[in-house]
Amino acid sequence: MLIKSRPDGIDLPLSSEITPRAIFESRRDFIRQLAVGSIAGTSLYEMANREAFAQTPGAQKMAATVNPAYALIEKKTAYKDATTYNNFYEFGTDKSEPAQTASSLKTRPWTVTIEGEVKKPITLDIDSLIKVAPLEERIYRHRCVEGWSMVIPWIGYSLSNLIKKVEPTANARYIEFITLDDKKQMPGLRSPVLEWPYVEGLRLDEANHPLALLTFGMYGEVLPNQNGAPVRIALPWKYGFKSAKSIVKIRFVKDQPRTAWNSTAPHEYGFYSNVNPEVDHPRWSQATERRIGEDGLFARKRKTLMFNGYNEVASLYSGMDLKKFF
Amino acid sequence: MALSQKQISGIKAIVFLLALLPFFRLVAFAFLDQLGANPVEFITRNTGDWTLYFLCIALAVTPVRRLLNVPWLLKLRRMLGLYGFFYASLHFLTFLWFDHFFDVQEMWKDVLKRPFITVGFIAFAGLLPLALTSTNGMIKRLGGKRWQLLHKLVYVIVPLGVLHYYWMKSGKHDLTQPLMFAALVATLLLARVWWHWSATARSQANA
Repeated sequence: MLIKSRPDGIDLPLSSEITPRAIFESRRDFIRQLAVGSIAGTSLYEMANREAFAQTPGAQKMAATVNPAYALIEKKTAYKDATTYNNFYEFGTDKSEPAQTASSLKTRPWTVTIEGEVKKPITLDIDSLIKVAPLEERIYRHRCVEGWSMVIPWIGYSLSNLIKKVEPTANARYIEFITLDDKKQMPGLRSPVLEWPYVEGLRLDEANHPLALLTFGMYGEVLPNQNGAPVRIALPWKYGFKSAKSIVKIRFVKDQPRTAWNSTAPHEYGFYSNVNPEVDHPRWSQATERRIGEDGLFARKRKTLMFNGYNEVASLYSGMDLKKFF
Repeated sequence: MALSQKQISGIKAIVFLLALLPFFRLVAFAFLDQLGANPVEFITRNTGDWTLYFLCIALAVTPVRRLLNVPWLLKLRRMLGLYGFFYASLHFLTFLWFDHFFDVQEMWKDVLKRPFITVGFIAFAGLLPLALTSTNGMIKRLGGKRWQLLHKLVYVIVPLGVLHYYWMKSGKHDLTQPLMFAALVATLLLARVWWHWSATARSQANA
């Protein structure tokens, strides 16, 4: 069975165009059968099985190829939990607020400016940015600095694809991600809890690691606003706040950038903020975590893994004292 | 306004039931799976909030009673304070049970290592003797003067509770709510200082 998709790779083809009518009429069963051995199978299988899907008619589907290297066998977090329990201060500091207030964010038109120490600076509209490389679905663990975690199927491509395209100069040692800063769209900006705009950053070699995912979708759909639409970063080996959301600018710089949480409370939130069970936050332990939706009230918390279990990044930090550079 | 004993008993019964509502709400939410994505966090925050609400309400009894001239309010104070202790106990139990799974050693490590937990624990420990001596029998046994002196501890305990909340929230860098509590508690305590001073000044003027 051939699955056609549009050249931009965004919309799934109408089932009716590719499927005999009889099968189309029982398409959920069909999609379930299709899941076995098909490239886009996992995403489609999810859609067929997810109850919430029918209740979110506005959500736009996003086609992607499952990357088998990151097809975790861990149980995925429920879509409802992943989209109603969010730290996104631009929409309020309470984790239930972004889901209620983020509808004011307009994700089209949207441009991302890439500038600084690059030979080919460029401003791309979001639809061109999505097409820079083929979209993959990757299931990543997501560990929040607050001590909880989720498992999320993201859609995007390795950030390195974009970095290659703009050709960093020899001076480019760090990369900065800058989030939208618009009070009209983001009610949380009226509160001075952080310096706005929200800035996050990485060392260039970290940003070039294949795990660093420039992310446009999750659970087979475009990102919901509260999860950082239309484009965010996903860095599964770092605490969640390192993954900037709703990005409007990417800058290549020489010196370590001043990042939002690090400059607000440097003794609590390091620049690196790699997941590390041995370095506690001053006010709580990082040795364990609670998996949202799975570790119930009466379950012990699970052990947090070094680099959140992504040991392939360890070589980035060889020779570094990770207790000092936490 | 003067109320009959019967009316006061009625009011007490109503307040007793109302004060249980937050607890029953939590229980209902737990059964209906309405505690959100992170139930432990929900319960911890909710019981912590209600501890502070009840302690503030108990601290407000004297100023409100004096300002509005409603002496019978005093009859509710013990119950309100005990409800503060009740929700503090639930808060502590959540920490010991759901957060540490009764691993007392781990809990002590947390208490000693983290200032905001240390302060919260001290505040909770401070409430214990007050709760234990809240019966009429204990008031008689201690004698009114000593009992009153002991219960002035609450003037230290509540600010410690607010500090615990402030330090907890400072991680999120969102201090609006703890600062509101701080302002409220400061007002309630300063009202007492003010009355004490003006009473002293008056008695000196009369002398």
